[in-house]
Amino acid sequence: MPIDIDISHVARLARLALDDEQLERYRRQLGVILEHAARVQALDTEGVEPTGHPLGFTNAFRDDQVRPSLERDVVLAEAPDHRDGYFVVPPALEGP
Amino acid sequence: MSLADLTIAEAAKGLRRGAFGARELVDAVLERAAKTEAELHAYLTIDHEGAREAAARADEELASGVDRGPLHGIPVALKDNLCTEGLETTCASQILAGYHPPYDATAVRKLREAGAVPVGKTNLDEFAMGSSTENSAYGPTRNPWDTDRVPGGSSGGSAAAVAAGSALGALGSDTGGSIRQPAALCGLVGMKPTYGLVSRYGLVAFASSLDQIGPITRTVEDAILLLEAIAGHDPADATSWAGDLPDFRSELGRGVEGLRIGIVEELSGDGYEPAVSAAVDAMVSSLEAEGARVQEVSLPTFDVALSAYYLIAPAEASANLARFDGVRYGLRVPGATTEEMMARTRAEGFGPEVIRRILLGTYALSAGYYDAFYGQAHRVRTLITRDFARAYEQVDVLVSPTSPTVAFPVGARTEDPLAMYLSDICTIPSNLAGHPAISIPIGLDPAGLPIGFQVMAPALSEPLLFRVAAEVERLARFDARPEVVTP
Repeated sequence: MPIDIDISHVARLARLALDDEQLERYRRQLGVILEHAARVQALDTEGVEPTGHPLGFTNAFRDDQVRPSLERDVVLAEAPDHRDGYFVVPPALEGP
Repeated sequence: MSLADLTIAEAAKGLRRGAFGARELVDAVLERAAKTEAELHAYLTIDHEGAREAAARADEELASGVDRGPLHGIPVALKDNLCTEGLETTCASQILAGYHPPYDATAVRKLREAGAVPVGKTNLDEFAMGSSTENSAYGPTRNPWDTDRVPGGSSGGSAAAVAAGSALGALGSDTGGSIRQPAALCGLVGMKPTYGLVSRYGLVAFASSLDQIGPITRTVEDAILLLEAIAGHDPADATSWAGDLPDFRSELGRGVEGLRIGIVEELSGDGYEPAVSAAVDAMVSSLEAEGARVQEVSLPTFDVALSAYYLIAPAEASANLARFDGVRYGLRVPGATTEEMMARTRAEGFGPEVIRRILLGTYALSAGYYDAFYGQAHRVRTLITRDFARAYEQVDVLVSPTSPTVAFPVGARTEDPLAMYLSDICTIPSNLAGHPAISIPIGLDPAGLPIGFQVMAPALSEPLLFRVAAEVERLARFDARPEVVTP
């Protein structure tokens, strides 16, 4: 049984503006893939710790030193829109 | 024979003998690319000018006695998910079209410091998601052995370039087999190092707990040469290995006598092409004849490794790819609000496979499903690592085919994502465990397509891995080249 997914909700969470036809296609494909992926649920993992880092590292520390970073102008040169040293985007909220 | 067909080790010798210069070498490689690219499309960007400049610099340095080591003056290709300062880096995606990174990936910087000559950026499945290099927004790469077939993926451009002679060696990245599988399908050596051995800084992240940069070359020796140049701790990658590096050559030449080799029971049977199984069996017999002690080993959780991978990798990808939102770099599609701009940019900028995986990962991480999918996949990952540990109590290395099949026809699996995912069934377990693994070409099937043999070893056991790989290479005596190369 393919798994049923609220694909519009998932697409909204992922910030993907998909049309109805695309949503339907992805819903079907994801159902098949998830059905296969759900095989992991058949294994007994009672008391098994999840893997974080594959070699078991936890924290890595370095000295907290001030170092040069990338030049602002160099970084902004790649931006679709910028002004006065800032990235520019459309309004975050819709108008009144 | 063209200089473009030399191994890295041979070319390094020739350069020092004065048989030819780095400029001649890079010209031979660029000439080969000019001849083959229209058909193969291994590269997304060829940096003619930069390559010639780097080669000229290498010639000057070598002439004045400055020798940076075996990669000095060697033309190499870089997968286009490795950031290269000032040189377009697209990840084969529309969303990064025209992106010129302001810095080099650490592995790229190290290659430059070693005097290597970057030829250009190779094609891949978009953001390294795929097994055929068909998911490129800029068109597929073809297999030099048969241009109606795929080169494998996702590092298919790197593999095709090395197979065709438009580079002497290349870097790829391997999240679930993306170095080893294309190497196998193109008759090359492809190696995924232990997780953390090579810094991931500047590798555009797909699945951070699985990604690893590694070499694609014509020989095991060449793979060692590239790995020696790029391995090592990097403060810019907190997950990189901070301990002592193993001496990759320390076990070379010891042969396999007395070595315990395990054949993975779960990686055979239905779905494995008879020619692939026969070639792998023949190699195992050869190793046995050399004195190896061979036994079958069962790693039962390998049966669910693919399932765990297709939860973990998309989940991590959905988080990593959130940064592509039209704000700081790359494509922007206009919208009335920030959110609309972002959602339109992402829907238009990403291709179908990337969108599929972002949706899959977002779902697996979403409220109500997290523990059943993502959490469970990570616990299964622990079980897979335990299976490896148990196996390594009985044997020293594990072997299997690298891919269940030889190169498949272009278009054969594009409509069936799950069938495509099955291409990685033999390679995924090593990524989940963080272990090193290598593919070595061992022969051709009746249609003349290459077959790869995979050797897996415990974490940081690269010396043992290379020792066995070198022995497999010696026994296989694989010296076939694709027709595109032969005059």
